Amino acid sequence: MSAIYILWLRELKRYTRSRAQIIASLGQPMLYLLVLGFGLNPVFKKAGYGSYFQFIAPGVIGMSVLFSSIFSGLGLLWDRQFGFLKETLVAPVPRIEIMIGRTLGGCTVAVIQGLLVLTICLISGFRPAGWLAIPVAVGFMVLIALLFAALGVIFGSSLQDMQGFQLIMNFLVLPIYFLSGAMFPLTNQGKVLGFITALDPLSYGIDGMRSVLLSAATFRPAFGISIDLAVLIGVGCILLVLGAWRFSKIEV
Amino acid sequence: MIRVQNLVKTFGSFTAVNDVSFEVAAGEIFAFLGPNGAGKTTTIKMLTTLLHPTSGSIELDGLDPRKHQNQVRQRFGIVFQDPSLDGDLTAWENMEIHGVLYHVPHKTRRQRSEELLKLFELWDRRNDQVKKFSGGMKRRLEIARGFLHTPKILFLDEPTLGLDPQSRNQLWSHVKRVNEAEKVTVMLTTHYMDEADRVAHRVGIIDHGKLVTQGTPAEIKEQTGTASLEDAFLKLTGSTIRDESAGSADQMRQFAKMWQQQRR
Repeated sequence: MSAIYILWLRELKRYTRSRAQIIASLGQPMLYLLVLGFGLNPVFKKAGYGSYFQFIAPGVIGMSVLFSSIFSGLGLLWDRQFGFLKETLVAPVPRIEIMIGRTLGGCTVAVIQGLLVLTICLISGFRPAGWLAIPVAVGFMVLIALLFAALGVIFGSSLQDMQGFQLIMNFLVLPIYFLSGAMFPLTNQGKVLGFITALDPLSYGIDGMRSVLLSAATFRPAFGISIDLAVLIGVGCILLVLGAWRFSKIEV
Repeated sequence: MIRVQNLVKTFGSFTAVNDVSFEVAAGEIFAFLGPNGAGKTTTIKMLTTLLHPTSGSIELDGLDPRKHQNQVRQRFGIVFQDPSLDGDLTAWENMEIHGVLYHVPHKTRRQRSEELLKLFELWDRRNDQVKKFSGGMKRRLEIARGFLHTPKILFLDEPTLGLDPQSRNQLWSHVKRVNEAEKVTVMLTTHYMDEADRVAHRVGIIDHGKLVTQGTPAEIKEQTGTASLEDAFLKLTGSTIRDESAGSADQMRQFAKMWQQQRR
């Protein structure tokens, strides 16, 4: 247990120590939120969907949780590079504990990042349907973070070097984000796009967050909260098991 | 303390370690020498549970690394060829993580970390991030960390690579001191023959995966009729240069260097 705790603490310390990186990682969500959020607001309103700023805020929160959790898993590549991975792999600790500690750490960092973006949303005018909705939305953040931290571990354990990083960014992380409906409503989409977006686990996370944060009058859920929860938990468990298995196969 | 019998490791059709047998007694400093690609690191990886041998047997403190992986890991410390510290954490935090991962009780951990950091002259810098340390300081910290869980055996894989003579001297005198004070068995590899001559009680020379000879430095010099261990080494292993192809690890290292320079 103490091994899990110390590796969790390590992820947190590394995060809080890189202040420049924290600020940099808030830049992109703020662009989406403020520029797109306010820029597309009039068009969205005219189309009868209500406020685009309110609509995109949960999507941007989901995006920052997604990025930060996947990158925490890919942090394995850095640790392989700078050697710290070896230090943990020759320790007399089961690998599963090492994997759990790292993943929980990455998940915690991602949720903190999500909370920071949520705060920015609130400051710039986002109003949830009720304040009690916020703890439930945080619950969804945790599920999203766990799922994608596990996905990051799967790829981080399988890749040997940094060259694969760009590949993952362009063919995995960005498509997951753009296809999740973070920026557009998933209802009334064409068959092809509708099908693809339904395959994206992040769609369910963002749909869930919107269902709790936005009032029923302005947002119609694409899947419904119970389906959202079931998919997130189900896929999350599968990915965690796969991640643990890939992690146990790492050779240094 | 270490007993290796007929150890073999093959990667595909390539035999990296070929029928190697040797023994290291408790409290001894054993230097494992050989040209690049001779099989030194592969042997150390097998001794430290990172690789499975193709055939042959290994015993560390009477235990088989394959069957009692975690007990064996508890018994040795290792300093790898490449650094394995977390640069974003402080020296003290690096020691803490190691102590927790090796189940060292809280009180002992603090006490021993303090002793070791003082011994390796890092106590004043304990709250600095490791990425601000010089190469020599990082090495010293790694060795101090390796001793933290009072291992019975310490493996040092080219610990002095890239260090200036001052740091090298200091490092070896520290290692010798702990070896004598705590009776830790030390198995090291190095390319500096004078170091091996000075520090090691016994030496084994490996080439092309085969153990060419072993004995005290004096015995080996006598056996080959040479004045220094370096001459003996060259006589035994020839003077052709071994070219190792750069693996993905080397490429990554280069990439990381570029990245660090950009960030500065």
